[in-house]
Amino acid sequence: MNSAPAETGPEAIQAKPKMAARGVNVFYGDNHAIKDIDLDLYADKVTSLIGPSGCGKSTFLRCLNRMNDTIPICHVTGEILLEDENIYTSGIDVVQLRARVGMVFQKPNPFPKSIYDNVAYGPRIHGLAAHRTDLDEIVTTSLEKAGLWQEVKDRLDSSGTALSGGQQQRLCIARAIAVNPEVILMDEPCSALDPIATAKIEALIDELSGRYAIIIVTHSMQQAARISRKTAFFHLGEMVEYGDTTEIFTSPKEDRTRDYITGRIG
Amino acid sequence: MNDHILSTYDDELQEVRSIVIQMGDLAANQLSEAMQALRDLDIEKAKEVRLSDKKLDALEITAERAVIGVFARRAPVADDLREVVSALKMTTMIERMGDYAKNIAKRTFALSDGALVVMPEMLDKMAIEAHQMIESVLEAYVKRSAEQAVAVWESDEALDSMYNLTYRKILARMMETPEYIGELTHYLMIAKNIERIGDQATNVAEQIFYAITGDNLEEARAKNDETSVELFAKD
Amino acid sequence: MTERNVPHAELSTGPTDWKSGAMQARIARRYRRERIFQSLGLGAVVISVLFLVFLLGNIVKNGAYGFVQTSVSIDVTFSADLLGDPTSLSPEAFTEKVRKTNMLRLIQTSMQELFPEVKGRRDTRTLLRIVSTGARAQLRNMILADPALIGTTKRVELLTSDDIDQVIKGNIDISLPEANRKVKDNELSWLQTLQNDDRISLNFHSQFLTGGDSREPELAGVWGAIVGSAFTLMVTLLTAFPIGLCAAIYLEEFAPKNRFTDIIEININNLAAVPSIVFGLLGLAVFLSVMGMPRSAPIVGGLTLALLTLPTVIIASRASIAAVPPSIRDAARGLGASPMQVVFHHVIPLAMPGIMTGTIIGMARALGESAPLLMIGMVAFIVDIPGSINDAATVLPVQIYLWADSPERAFVEKTSAAIMVLLFFLIAMNGIAIWLRQKFEQKW
Repeated sequence: MNSAPAETGPEAIQAKPKMAARGVNVFYGDNHAIKDIDLDLYADKVTSLIGPSGCGKSTFLRCLNRMNDTIPICHVTGEILLEDENIYTSGIDVVQLRARVGMVFQKPNPFPKSIYDNVAYGPRIHGLAAHRTDLDEIVTTSLEKAGLWQEVKDRLDSSGTALSGGQQQRLCIARAIAVNPEVILMDEPCSALDPIATAKIEALIDELSGRYAIIIVTHSMQQAARISRKTAFFHLGEMVEYGDTTEIFTSPKEDRTRDYITGRIG
Repeated sequence: MNDHILSTYDDELQEVRSIVIQMGDLAANQLSEAMQALRDLDIEKAKEVRLSDKKLDALEITAERAVIGVFARRAPVADDLREVVSALKMTTMIERMGDYAKNIAKRTFALSDGALVVMPEMLDKMAIEAHQMIESVLEAYVKRSAEQAVAVWESDEALDSMYNLTYRKILARMMETPEYIGELTHYLMIAKNIERIGDQATNVAEQIFYAITGDNLEEARAKNDETSVELFAKD
Repeated sequence: MTERNVPHAELSTGPTDWKSGAMQARIARRYRRERIFQSLGLGAVVISVLFLVFLLGNIVKNGAYGFVQTSVSIDVTFSADLLGDPTSLSPEAFTEKVRKTNMLRLIQTSMQELFPEVKGRRDTRTLLRIVSTGARAQLRNMILADPALIGTTKRVELLTSDDIDQVIKGNIDISLPEANRKVKDNELSWLQTLQNDDRISLNFHSQFLTGGDSREPELAGVWGAIVGSAFTLMVTLLTAFPIGLCAAIYLEEFAPKNRFTDIIEININNLAAVPSIVFGLLGLAVFLSVMGMPRSAPIVGGLTLALLTLPTVIIASRASIAAVPPSIRDAARGLGASPMQVVFHHVIPLAMPGIMTGTIIGMARALGESAPLLMIGMVAFIVDIPGSINDAATVLPVQIYLWADSPERAFVEKTSAAIMVLLFFLIAMNGIAIWLRQKFEQKW
């Protein structure tokens, strides 16, 4: 744990990272997209990944549940540990990994099925519910945790695509929660939403932060500052700076971080 | 340092900065004017100082509005955030300097009515030192020089010892000539005011240091320089 | 050119003068160009519509008469002497007797009653030619269906021969010299007499839709071809759809993107452009010569057409699979769905309307195809309605081709009528495709 950033007080004792990147490099063909990243992600701290477009933050996020596997030219080296187990070793079952490390996408992408079926899909394919009543229970609690239950309880049979953008995104979060993941990855979850819907999602992230390790990629620095405890700044495939969010947003150590977050011509 | 992508943001920060500098200049000027009035027991000049302080108060309000505007529009972070927050605090400090200068000017009225007592020469020296500190701290602000801010902060030690000396001298004169104790008390208070102006300049230096480095100057000094602990123990 | 001479400094100063003459002329020119372009486009549409109207109008004009047929009403005496007595004979013996009887004699008796002046073998033969050769079967079936007719005289409507039919429909120019036309003067005068007696009528002819092919135009029907087409298309659909869908899914979702799959993709696209006769040759070589399948059978035709339709199905299916937004795949994958679950739970259901549309359009193309079927022998003259995919059969387009090739004047209208039937099926299939797309299309 020597590589963990210096912590003070009780945090130094507590910290065993939920996920950790060790010397991670990602190549798209000849393009070196991610350069030698070391990063510890903690279960009880929302972590933001910020940086300009094309800096590799989304690519890195998608490495954490091997969503990049579907891109044939994408090649990952180094280790990504989930509870001390390297998810890139050959023995790992990707399907199971993605159930443990859920994902919420930039554009709300509910299935064009009923609200109920959207949430029930994950538990169904993983066989998490033995009976219909169990499944009902999972759907209800997931929608409740996602703060959507009150809004949709009377129309579980209507299509998920008929909801508003913010509701759709919360439905996607409910869908991710339904398979009981340990980590939830969020790839700019609010970029397609209005401020009210964004605030609701942010409140939800706050709410969920104790139960799941949440890692969020965002373009909104204010959002990163509002919702995360840890912030990592990516630039041109490198992780320039990683630290407590307050520290990053008041006294960044690196000029590149400062130039980016203050909106200077870097 | 690079410019912001939005040049109007730079303009707004520049405006805040120029108000702070304007206030600093005004405060420094007030101090020397007040001392001038005191030396010559010039009532008219003392009145001018009082008027000038009103201007300083108005500028403080302007600065406050500009800073709030930057917060509302730009949501500043990192060094921008430190810059505007410290600017806001610095204006309050500078306004306090102005108040002390006004207080010195006010005592001119009392002294001109009372018996003629020779002004302690140390007061002039102190005022020059304090004035020097204000000028220097403003220069540090303009040049964004953390070193110069530290230098100002350290020079407060000299002013403090000058004050201690002045205090003892005035105390001695009080004992020698108890009939002038009222006038001498005024001088004592003036010495204290000048010393307070120096303290405020020190505070401004701390703010400048924070705005530039993001570190607290006292903490940084405590960590780096053990000897400076003596400094705090002294007073 | 004057605009170009203005120096840049002057161009950049002040607001643009939108009201200036040059500007107005420029705007007018722009609008004029737009109007010209629009009218050109409209003209193109009008020309296309005119062609279509001309084509369809021509077919309908020719084909409408194909659905009606001339009949002549004559009083037929069902003589017990000739046909046997159903009351005295056993049903089997009676049937046997009726089958053996030459019905022409019944017709001859009736016709000679109408035209007693006609004597001599030659004239009598000509007289009998007014009635279709199919009339004999018609009478026989009547008797077998209702033996009580024996001994009675009944007015029966019998089909006329195609030549008489053509005269009634006005397709034979009777003003020509007698030697230059098939229908002679004496026939015309008998016809006139029959018309005067109100014995000639033009009626809807259901046999055209329910009967098999015949050498006699008035007896020929399209049902055999429709059934043949149905069997053929069934084979095509059952072969091309699953194979095409599997190929499309594999290529789109699972196949690695490399030179090899690129080549396959290019070849599939090229295959869609290969002339259909080539597929016919392929079918001939593979299914008939190598595999020894029955000639002229729908199974071979269907397999050959499946080869032809496969590229269309694959291309359409791939296009609609590719049109499923990647976000849906991401969503399913992010929940831990396996690649096959992603495809079968999400991608295929969403792509299905497009796949079905593409398949139906491919089927419609197969339905209209004749060239490859000529190569595998589906061009034979087949009277019987096929009963299975192994029976010899023909299909609608080939039937049209056969009739168009026939010398009888009456086949002209049969050809057009058959085209109308074919077009009806094509339009119906395209209609179903559009309906499917409208009904199941997902909106995002």
